Amino acid sequence: MDYVLAALVGCFIAAGIYLLLSRSVIRMLLGLVVFGNGVNLLIFTAGRLTRAAAPIVPAGLNQPDGPVANPLPQALILTAIVIGFAVFSFLLVLAFRAYQTLDADNTDTMRVAEPVDEPNPPLSY
Amino acid sequence: MDASIALVAIWPFAAALLAPWVHRFAKPFGGWVLALVPGGIFLFLLTLIDPVLATGSVSARIAWVPAYDLDLSFFVDGLSLIFALTISGIGTLVVLYAGAYLKGHPHLGRFFGFLLAFMGAMLGLVLADNMLALFMFWELTSVTSFLLIGFDHTRMAARRGAIQALVITNIGGMALLVGVLLVHQMTGVWDLSASGDEVRGTALYGSVLGCFLLAAFTKSAQVPFHFWLPNAMEAPTPVSAFLHSATMVQAGVYLLARTMPWLGGTAAWTWILVCFGGATLIWGALGALRQTDLKQMLAQTTIASLGLSVLLLGLGSTYAVSAVVIYFVAHALYKAALFMVVGAVDHEAGTRDVTVLSGLADRMPVTFIGAALASLAMIGLPLTLGYYAKEEMYLGLLAWRWDDIVVLAVLVAGNATLAGVAMLVMVKPFLGPTLPTPKALHEAPIAMLAGPIILGAAGIVAAVMPDWLGQTVLQPGASAILATPVESHLSLTINPANPLIWLSVLTWVLGLLVYRKMATLRTLLRRLETGLGWTADTVFDALMFGLIGFSAAVTRFLHHGKLEIYLVTVFAALALALIVPMALLGGYAVLLPTSDLGNWSAKLAWPQLTIYEWGVVALALVGLVAVVLAPSRLIAIVALGIQGAAVALIFLLFGAPDLAFTQFMVEVLSVVILALVMTRLRLDERDHRELEDLARDGMLALVCGVGVSLLLMVVLSGDLDTRLSELFIATSVPIAHGANIVNVILVDYRGFDTLGEISVVMGAGMAITALLRRRKAVA
Repeated sequence: MDYVLAALVGCFIAAGIYLLLSRSVIRMLLGLVVFGNGVNLLIFTAGRLTRAAAPIVPAGLNQPDGPVANPLPQALILTAIVIGFAVFSFLLVLAFRAYQTLDADNTDTMRVAEPVDEPNPPLSY
Repeated sequence: MDASIALVAIWPFAAALLAPWVHRFAKPFGGWVLALVPGGIFLFLLTLIDPVLATGSVSARIAWVPAYDLDLSFFVDGLSLIFALTISGIGTLVVLYAGAYLKGHPHLGRFFGFLLAFMGAMLGLVLADNMLALFMFWELTSVTSFLLIGFDHTRMAARRGAIQALVITNIGGMALLVGVLLVHQMTGVWDLSASGDEVRGTALYGSVLGCFLLAAFTKSAQVPFHFWLPNAMEAPTPVSAFLHSATMVQAGVYLLARTMPWLGGTAAWTWILVCFGGATLIWGALGALRQTDLKQMLAQTTIASLGLSVLLLGLGSTYAVSAVVIYFVAHALYKAALFMVVGAVDHEAGTRDVTVLSGLADRMPVTFIGAALASLAMIGLPLTLGYYAKEEMYLGLLAWRWDDIVVLAVLVAGNATLAGVAMLVMVKPFLGPTLPTPKALHEAPIAMLAGPIILGAAGIVAAVMPDWLGQTVLQPGASAILATPVESHLSLTINPANPLIWLSVLTWVLGLLVYRKMATLRTLLRRLETGLGWTADTVFDALMFGLIGFSAAVTRFLHHGKLEIYLVTVFAALALALIVPMALLGGYAVLLPTSDLGNWSAKLAWPQLTIYEWGVVALALVGLVAVVLAPSRLIAIVALGIQGAAVALIFLLFGAPDLAFTQFMVEVLSVVILALVMTRLRLDERDHRELEDLARDGMLALVCGVGVSLLLMVVLSGDLDTRLSELFIATSVPIAHGANIVNVILVDYRGFDTLGEISVVMGAGMAITALLRRRKAVA
């Protein structure tokens, strides 16, 4: 079952990259979310899949009384999900504002920082 | 004794930091107060003469980086003492001079700081024994020289001169570093004084020699690196007097002299030094004849003098080396004095053009005396230091072999031209009929007269005591360069039977001829120059501008501004990084079936997934396909929700309820926000891509996806180190008192991670607020 998940992770990564390579900013955003999910699943799968219990210690015990899922990747992914969401929100607002200001969501027309006909540097001391 | 030698190099830096304040509080006398620093150093160095004469050298050693056995070592022998005394002595007079020359300049305090810092670097350079320290001080002289040349930074010529000097001398600095490291590799020591003969015998001798020569030639303005020196004359005159005649440009000569015991004496050394030195001598001499600006004229003669010194070091005979020592002192004294004289003339008369200056001696008699004393030494008349230098250099070449005769001819020609220029500098501006000058003429202030008079007189006083001169200057200096004891044979007597004196006479006569025909020669040389069409300067400019153009082209190639191509580059690199190392290092071997195939049916078994697990995987795939192919944005958003929900379900199925919970929340929020925002924008519905773009993007995505999948499969086929997880599971309740292990990890074991995460969320929140609020303000 691990290999099925591994293949699925590949699908997430491929779909995410394909969307990120789009010239439409909104599609890139979707791609970012998909890519992020793919990476989270990658970490999750690399930490070994198990159908065992969640890593929670039953009340009154000092340790779980049976095998539990690996808690470390879960902690990492939890952090990653939250950060991913924060970045996603920020980028969404940024894209929104860029659209309002530049009236464009195509990256080819967003050339304010790197204009098409940049002047040559001055040849003098 | 130990620390005080190091302090000689460190004191000027400390004084440099304080200089602006000292200048502010001691306003009209800032120069006098600050001159105490080099003056004190000069006096201290005088006390070292006796120990150096007695024992040959004095050294000091301070632990620098003990872990690497690196000591900050200083070393004073005859050679470094002569240089250090010259630097601090002339430095004292230059600081004094600068105070008067730049009186009232708004940045005079800063200028003093630069000047003193340079002095510290220069003193450190000549006293350093550790080669890394030598390199450090070498570069510091370049940097401080850059600051001093560009002091008048509002003029482009000054900026150009500064950049040119920095670029050229730094090329040499880098070469020096390489050379130093090579020498250390061979000898295993960092100390100059300990480096030995083994360098000459190794296969890398050529490389080491090349590095050191490049360093020396760039610093000492040898052809073809000579052109930065005349342009450095954009600096205020005190700087020219100090750096670009007496001290910094001599650093190259010093380096050659210092390394001569273990680098010199080979055929390569002799040939390269004699050829480059001779070419520089002639080039500088001809260059001086071309000029009418007194300062430029002196700058060109400095190039010639540096060439002369390099040539003599190349010859390497006892006489030649003795001549170098005497010539260094003589040249430093008269050239610094002449620069100060020219500065005084410029300051008081308002021009440096030799063709319009005449008859200044009436109004500036003291300046004239200074100029005369220095010029006589430059001509090399008897009773001056210049005379001894000239005698010594001719003396070594009287064997009348053909190569000696060629060198002798070059020397006589060069010396004659320099003598002619010296006569011009002494006679033309000062004697003859009085011509009107741009400024009302009067004598220079005392602080500006002290330099030329003292230095000019020193050149005479030292010369009338040949025994003292021989014992305290020539012998220790030449002995240090040659690493064998040298006997002095200086004498005041003139023997008409000796051919030597007739060579001197020939030099003077030729010099007089040059002086008389100066105008004709100048016209001729200028016509030649315009006929040539280009100079080293134009080549330098072309190179610099070419470099700027090249960097602009590279920048434009890399920063083309197409986001899509940037991303293609990133993901292509990702694809390569995923696939290539694994394939090359055989990482995929674990995934391939073994040769005997073993129990292949078990390996190919249908994966053990329950029916609802298959359902979730299928749901995720449907969501992904729908996101990619979505014909409208609403479908895309819904599909995004589907794949997110599928991920959450996977988390739920495999023992991660916390993750599932968070993922659900985030997905719902994302979908809602996206739907809100997207419906307010009128966007292109479809994802248009050209066919070749489609193929390229699809290929990249596919390769990356496959790469990640394979990587993960390889990872899964290995062992997992679960020690950390087991520790967390075992200790979560006993020591952290939390039953939910994931939560305990987040808030306890890896609490700082979570703090960082919260900071990211907060930063994003603030940025979002700012972005949204600014819109309102504008509207």
